[in-house]
Amino acid sequence: MGEIILQINNISVVYSDVIQVLKGVSLSVEKGQIVSLLGSNGAGKTTTLKAISGLLKPENGAVTDGSIIYEGKNIQNQAPEYITRLGIIQVLEGRQPFKYLTIEENLRVGTATRAGKPYKDDLDLVYNYFPALVQRRKSLAGYCSGGELQMLVIGRALMAHPQLLMLDEPSLGLAPLVVKEIFRIIKKINEEQGATIVLVEQNANMALQVAHYGYVMENGKIVMEGTSKELSENPDVKEFYLGIAATGIAKSYKDVKSYRRRKRWL
Amino acid sequence: MEFFLQLLVNGVCVGLLYGISAMGFVMIFKSSSVLNFAHGELLALGAFFFLALITWAKLPIIVAFLLTLVGSFVLGFLIEKFFLRPLIGEKLIFVIMLTVGLAAMFKGLILLIWGGNLRTYPNFLPETLALKLGTIYIAPVYSATLVISVLFLVLFGLFFKKSAQGIYMRSVADNQMAALSLGVHVRRVFALSWAIAAMVAAMSGIVLGIINGVNVHDLSSIGLKVFPVVILGGLDSIGGAIIGGIIIGLLETFTGGYLSPSLTDVVPYIVLVFILLVKPYGLFGLVEIERV
Repeated sequence: MGEIILQINNISVVYSDVIQVLKGVSLSVEKGQIVSLLGSNGAGKTTTLKAISGLLKPENGAVTDGSIIYEGKNIQNQAPEYITRLGIIQVLEGRQPFKYLTIEENLRVGTATRAGKPYKDDLDLVYNYFPALVQRRKSLAGYCSGGELQMLVIGRALMAHPQLLMLDEPSLGLAPLVVKEIFRIIKKINEEQGATIVLVEQNANMALQVAHYGYVMENGKIVMEGTSKELSENPDVKEFYLGIAATGIAKSYKDVKSYRRRKRWL
Repeated sequence: MEFFLQLLVNGVCVGLLYGISAMGFVMIFKSSSVLNFAHGELLALGAFFFLALITWAKLPIIVAFLLTLVGSFVLGFLIEKFFLRPLIGEKLIFVIMLTVGLAAMFKGLILLIWGGNLRTYPNFLPETLALKLGTIYIAPVYSATLVISVLFLVLFGLFFKKSAQGIYMRSVADNQMAALSLGVHVRRVFALSWAIAAMVAAMSGIVLGIINGVNVHDLSSIGLKVFPVVILGGLDSIGGAIIGGIIIGLLETFTGGYLSPSLTDVVPYIVLVFILLVKPYGLFGLVEIERV
């Protein structure tokens, strides 16, 4: 086991004081690795990321129990301005560009955590990873394609020199080839920049290909964890997330056993 | 024809002032979606502060002017820190009511200190500033207004387009959540927009005070005029605020010149109603970029 960069101990997250979304989630992220967080809709993956990055507060949520420790510091319920300056940057789900800013201005917002420092080299770096952005640099982000926007928001996060980069569903709504390209670059960023990456994905197949380790969430709890290899060979994960039946043939609804097996997790 | 051109020039100058003070209003609205009903009082406060500096403290004009700008900047900052920040996360209507309260407070304060009478600045603009273009005569106040307004516009244009802080401010107006996720100091952006708004309001307050004399009621009602201006230009467009300001300024001077001076306050609102019938988002209101 290498050095642990992020440790989440048994956290609960409650929205508006009543709606409990996370019910004791614990996970740890090793420095320099890609860790993926899988699970169906509403499992609490995004909430977990927001608990780390401090973005729960604007949505009236709070960590009510447990602790989040990043490089020895307690960061639960801290302001996002503070957390981002520690090097934790979250790339939000659904791309969220600044629509009325040009691509280059969007990238410049990424320097907010170290305002006033030179940023030209970082721009070059981002354009190096995403050459598609170069010719679009002067156009408004609102008029760019989905693939370009996904590259933009990852690039924008890179401008902040992240130590821990958290990506929320980077493959959402993108063509398979673009998804492949994005994941190739994510892996490259991890290897070349040494950034630790937490990856939330619906596309379990893709995620397990690039990740070193993975967690599976259901209903606000972690139900399974393991190396990517273990997970992708696990019959349950295979069936429910990768869509491959154990026998290699699609199973029918009549198969009661499969229902029971899934039920056990919840 | 001569009369027309004269009115045109005056109208553009006054309009630019309206536009610039409306710009401050739009900035607050864009970054934090708060409608600032105390805008006119900020205008008046700037004008009176300047009056105090040149008549009581007897400072040189330039020093007094710069000091007023700095003072209002700080005031805007403090207003945000002490009055608005505690209300972050509360319902917008509370925040708007707070600005109404601030308006009453500032107005009362000015009445308490300076009273409600019309005061005038000593005539300090040299006659050499006056421009003569053929038969049109541009009074020193108006040429000074023109220079200052254009200067401010260029400076703000550069600030928002080039400087990092300006880009952060626009990013917050655009998508607050994304700005937060990248570590933009959103509260600082709010404070800065209040500070800048108060500063430009004070600037236009001073110039309007030179043109019309300094009186609480007049100046704060000019603050109300930012409403037709910004609604005309589109609530969220800074360029629209400037153009809206010029249109309102022209309407006012033309009605004053051709119809009757007593109608000047009414006509802008009538035109406003008609424009809203045709373009409900204002002339330059942001048409949402939507990807389908």
